[in-house]
Amino acid sequence: MTESRVGVYVCHCGHNIAGAVDVEHLSEWALDLPQVVVARNYQFMCAGTGQELIENDIREYGLTHVVVASCSPHMHEKTFRNACERAGLNAYLFEMANIREHASWVHPNNRSAATSKAKALVSAAVHRVLKHQALEPMRVDIQPTTLVVGGGIAGIQAALEIADAGYPVYVVEREPSIGGHMAQFDKTFPTLDCAACILTPKMFDAGAHPNITLLTYSEIEQVEGSVGNFRVTVRRKARKVREDVCTGCGTCWEKCPVKVVDGVFEAGLGYRKAIYRPFPQAVPKYPVIDVENCTYFKTEKCRACERYCPASAIDFEMQDEIVTLTVGNIILATGYDLFDPRRIPQYGYGRLPNVFTSLEFERLTNAAGPTGGKITLRDGETEPRSVAIIHCVGSRDKAYNEYCSAICCMSSLKFAHLAKEKTNAEIYNFYIDMRPIAKGYEEFYHRILAEGVHFIRGRVAEITDAAYGPEEAGKLVVVAEDTLIGRQRRVPVDMVILAAGLEPRRDSQAVSHLFGVGCGDSGFFTERHPKLDPVATVTEGIYIAGACQGPKDIPDTVAQGAAAAARVLGVISRKQVLLEPVRASIDESRCSGCRVCNNLCPYNAIEYLAEPGVSRVNAALCKGCGTCVAACPSQAITGAHFTFDQIMAEIDGILIDVSDREQSPIEVLA
Amino acid sequence: MMSDSDKFTPVIVGFLCNWCSYRAADLAGTSRMGYPATLRDIRIMCTGRLDPTFVLRALQEGADGVLIMGCHPGQCHYQEGNYKAIRRFALLKRVLRQMGLEEERVQLHWASAAQGLLFAETVSRMTKQIQALGPLDWSRNWPNEEPFMLLQPYLHEEAAHGR
Repeated sequence: MTESRVGVYVCHCGHNIAGAVDVEHLSEWALDLPQVVVARNYQFMCAGTGQELIENDIREYGLTHVVVASCSPHMHEKTFRNACERAGLNAYLFEMANIREHASWVHPNNRSAATSKAKALVSAAVHRVLKHQALEPMRVDIQPTTLVVGGGIAGIQAALEIADAGYPVYVVEREPSIGGHMAQFDKTFPTLDCAACILTPKMFDAGAHPNITLLTYSEIEQVEGSVGNFRVTVRRKARKVREDVCTGCGTCWEKCPVKVVDGVFEAGLGYRKAIYRPFPQAVPKYPVIDVENCTYFKTEKCRACERYCPASAIDFEMQDEIVTLTVGNIILATGYDLFDPRRIPQYGYGRLPNVFTSLEFERLTNAAGPTGGKITLRDGETEPRSVAIIHCVGSRDKAYNEYCSAICCMSSLKFAHLAKEKTNAEIYNFYIDMRPIAKGYEEFYHRILAEGVHFIRGRVAEITDAAYGPEEAGKLVVVAEDTLIGRQRRVPVDMVILAAGLEPRRDSQAVSHLFGVGCGDSGFFTERHPKLDPVATVTEGIYIAGACQGPKDIPDTVAQGAAAAARVLGVISRKQVLLEPVRASIDESRCSGCRVCNNLCPYNAIEYLAEPGVSRVNAALCKGCGTCVAACPSQAITGAHFTFDQIMAEIDGILIDVSDREQSPIEVLA
Repeated sequence: MMSDSDKFTPVIVGFLCNWCSYRAADLAGTSRMGYPATLRDIRIMCTGRLDPTFVLRALQEGADGVLIMGCHPGQCHYQEGNYKAIRRFALLKRVLRQMGLEEERVQLHWASAAQGLLFAETVSRMTKQIQALGPLDWSRNWPNEEPFMLLQPYLHEEAAHGR
């Protein structure tokens, strides 16, 4: 074996590093580190000339390993790995010492301390790199099929983009129809175009597209594999209606004698039948039998739908079906849940009948809704003469959600407009701050101001039906501090609308575990980079779009759906992906078959082979965390690029100047 | 501050996970949040990779303290590696206590990629704590007469558990 020859390259980064670290001294000092044959410092290592310097040295000095002391590996590791590759050195025989973010920038006023720390970090990198082995990134073929989870506007947009590009897409939706929350809305801000008018053509396109397969009324049970080849198990819940023969004529739900409160689409304000289609423009058009409420499933009598169905499409014996999909990429577009205002008891929702949620109001004012678009109190008849709209319900409140839900200011303005237009009632908006922040939003705010809507700046303390005087009798009294005039106010109104915030889906933690994506404190899925990679996740091949990533309005949601589709199309067109070879592997000759590692693996990547009595890592599933490596009592597991020897060498290197201490008891005990 | 040359400058070895705490350290850098130059950090993919012998090796090779930092519970990039780290850390601390090591010398903390300030504060606080303790001297806390006296509380505990 030839002797190792290490090159060390210290970057000035202009003054960023050289301003705090003595780079001349550092590179000179590095020459004394083991196996270092050349050490240089240069103004900008990442510049073309800096990279060429390294490439030339690799060729000229026959370098076997390279260390660059510059910025964070998250910044330029790839740059220098590529430079090594160009000069014929394996990319993984390179190591970076982060002397900018971790030294010069945080110790700017202490040159000697910053330089000492930089020395320690360079020494660690040199000691470590000597233990590096050449590795090859894993190449994985990409299945051209994509799975979109969630059939709201984000998922529909993503699916259409990919399908239009010529690749097959599955859309899995939990409800009987695609459409999501947007299908429930009446108008959309700030243009006030009708939600159904702009959404339903897209829904129809998605349903009719030859490249899109809709799996509605279905849920995902299991996800295995990794980018390029995910195997996804989907439960298709039994509709009890045969999609191959049903014409969607509607005779069944006309004949069905059972009325059920529609808690999903009509937000509890309207009724549907036990066999139902959630709304007239539903895609697909087929109804579904609600087994919990159907008379036949309770008493084995009735069968009215079956009797009257002209197509004989009713199948009471239909069972759930399990299908397995093989897809290359996955887009999560699972949307949001509305904050439940019952959690704020002083707002009276659920106790005071004429306190409504924003979603209830959307249904009230929707021409296809339970009142035919007439805005009424809970009795279904009386028109309100005064309406209070409460902003930030469950948002911007440390007791509930600290974040701003982003859409409530605008939807509250929209409600104010619609209520004013339809009832000519006095409208009071109680807000903390107005945040109409996107294109056309501020203008919309001014328009609503001009319409004579009242704005009161103050968080509402209480909504009560306890009247202080005759003018409050029979009314809901909104109690708030008007912070602009510095006074408590009591505003009696007929109707209150709570602009409830957006929350992550209640099962978002479980879904994040199912797909292996991160979930922040709030429960929204975490993007790979908040600014530069907003729709990718840290898991290769899994993307996020829409409100599952954080509260957002329809334009942003559509943009993210399209962005996620573009990312997926990019991967598909490359046909292959390269994966970091940071993977665990088991030396079967050392494995005792104890199976400690089996259950530790969060990805079920380790399986026990009963025959030789050892465990084996499935490299395609392993994500390289190293938990099993640290746990193996026989040290039979190696974590490539983070091996025991490499980290031990790094520890020794990082303590090079202090390791002459007296013996510690660990040595005594060892 | 560090300018006080008489004051002991500890050496702390950090084990930072790639996804949260290493990025928090990067953020502390880009945001120029200064902290004492006592921490020398090593990047691992996940705190779940932390073999307890790494900590022992660092203490053996001259570190005055070891700081392990990972993603907040529930936010591990690998779903639950930090929970494994918590369990191993508890066992490791037990061993270190039996050897007479002061509590503050080996610490486990969390910082998300957005918490550069928290990272800087953690390093500053730990530096002060170890400065107060002085250089690592294993035998300082050993009873003169019998080093194994240190084990006494644990022996009682074991007996209480009927073992």
